[in-house]
Amino acid sequence: METTSIFVLLVSSIFVNNFVLSRFLGICPFLGVSKQVDTAIGMGMAVTFVMTLAGVITYLVQKFILVQFNIEYLQIVAFILVIASLVQFVEIVLQKISPTLYQALGVFLPLITTNCAVLGLALLNIDDNLNLIQTIFRSMGAAIGFALAIVLFAGIREKIELSDVPKPFKGFPIALVTASLMSIAFLGFQGLV
Amino acid sequence: MSNKIKIFTNGLYKENAIFYQLLGMCPTLAVTTSAINGLGMGLATTAVLVLSNVVIALLRNFIPNKIRIPSFIVVIATFVTIAGMIMEGFLPVLYANLGIFVPLIVVNCLILGRAESFAYNNGVFDSLLDGLGMGLGFALALTILGSVREILGAGSIFGVSLFSANFQPVLMMILPPGAFLALGILMAINNKYKSSRV
Repeated sequence: METTSIFVLLVSSIFVNNFVLSRFLGICPFLGVSKQVDTAIGMGMAVTFVMTLAGVITYLVQKFILVQFNIEYLQIVAFILVIASLVQFVEIVLQKISPTLYQALGVFLPLITTNCAVLGLALLNIDDNLNLIQTIFRSMGAAIGFALAIVLFAGIREKIELSDVPKPFKGFPIALVTASLMSIAFLGFQGLV
Repeated sequence: MSNKIKIFTNGLYKENAIFYQLLGMCPTLAVTTSAINGLGMGLATTAVLVLSNVVIALLRNFIPNKIRIPSFIVVIATFVTIAGMIMEGFLPVLYANLGIFVPLIVVNCLILGRAESFAYNNGVFDSLLDGLGMGLGFALALTILGSVREILGAGSIFGVSLFSANFQPVLMMILPPGAFLALGILMAINNKYKSSRV
């Protein structure tokens, strides 16, 4: 694998095909936990960690278990179980190794299981026939893209809190309009790769 | 009887998954590029929701409290796999259009949410009604959003062209930004309507 194509893959999954703003994966936490920058950073970090690991492990599961035994139809069940146990595992390890980080992430950790960005990434990696190295970089890129989007979005939402929004638009509607504008901005990366 | 009707209508409008609970946003935004895609996604989700609600209500006395979430997910994943296979066989075009979002029905928070908050604590028939109401409410919202985006972005509805050839569609509406914008404005209109009625 030449380094240029790896770099292209990384940039394209962070900016051009941003998971949140152009693929619509992981919208629930994107809208749900983006009221404050601090919590958004926590969520972004937790997801980055789990997504990168999950991308690689589901790839190995697909390649060495599902294909080997001809049971690809169990893909969804297998992947979701891998992700759920991975999240549980990360939770236990983090609690032992770094209680402060564990405290900071708190409730966000278990929520990652139902973050469709994680399962979506696993399925997309398989669909696109990536090899192991490409999978690692695609997973990292997608995860960083998610973290970037949620932190930027939280920054904007903190400002919106202070401004005078028309009454029917208060809360989620204005957040969605903001996300729309961010998505337009990310469309600008389209020609990049 | 009126109680049963209430369970059913609850999900249709009063506690509509999308407009009130904001559950299941990913498929909502991603697949509503046209009315037919929205409707297809909505009905597939309804089918999975009804079946998983029924099975979970049947098993609710056997599933230990501690491992209920993984158990729910396995039940849901099974039905999603079945739904995916049926769609692939009988509706290949729709299946191709919805793409990755068919398997992603598994992580639709709406389904897990109903399993946790309703089916685990209620009888089989009530859970069936709840699933049907919530699912159809979800399908309705998806169809409305899909129609709005299709009319503005492509000048047609359910594939039928509405305007003369001179109509210049707003391409942005069927691109990602249009999804956020259309849902935000629909929600604001709904809020306005609600506040004017009270």
